[in-house]
Amino acid sequence: MIVVWTAAVLIVVGSFFSVLAAVGILRMPDVYMRAQAATKSATLGVCSLALAAMLLTPSPGASARALLIIAFLLLTAPIAAHMICRAAYTAGVTTWEKTEIDELREQADHDARESRI
Amino acid sequence: MTILAVYPVDVAARFALILLSVAAVLCFIRLRNGPSLPDRVVALDTLATLLVGALIVHAILVEETHSLRVAAVLALVNFIGTVGFALYLRRRDTS
Repeated sequence: MIVVWTAAVLIVVGSFFSVLAAVGILRMPDVYMRAQAATKSATLGVCSLALAAMLLTPSPGASARALLIIAFLLLTAPIAAHMICRAAYTAGVTTWEKTEIDELREQADHDARESRI
Repeated sequence: MTILAVYPVDVAARFALILLSVAAVLCFIRLRNGPSLPDRVVALDTLATLLVGALIVHAILVEETHSLRVAAVLALVNFIGTVGFALYLRRRDTS
């Protein structure tokens, strides 16, 4: 019974974080914030859904597949978000106007100064 | 036993399907009017992740584990597609 209630709570929490990811993707002001909001909370949400499936299923093969889904998501979601943000920055997508810290731009300026000297 | 809804996992799974549908609609709005192409790619990536979650909830709801294999494959294909879009964006910019 404890397992069933834990799984039910995990399902509700997972779907709540998935909705939070969608709200973040709709409300955040630029691509970079949207990517980080979507990636982190959607990964957490789907991972807790898979954890609930792992708790509920009786067969060991199915729970191994749920564990495999968690491993895939934790491995691939940060890489995909990083590559998309890098490509967006290279393609010249502007940041929000209130963004103050842009370390990649500072690094590029520093490199340009070094090469001029 | 005809009323399935007394089972807490069943109630939670149906609730989760509703919430995931709402999340998918919000992602579609961003996919429709994202100002740049990376916005749309991020929305598409999140949409596929939400679809993985919906497949897992479906597997819980109908007590059938075949959807879990589909979800695992979809997670991998989603990653490959997003990386392909990122490489395409970078190449389109340099050429």
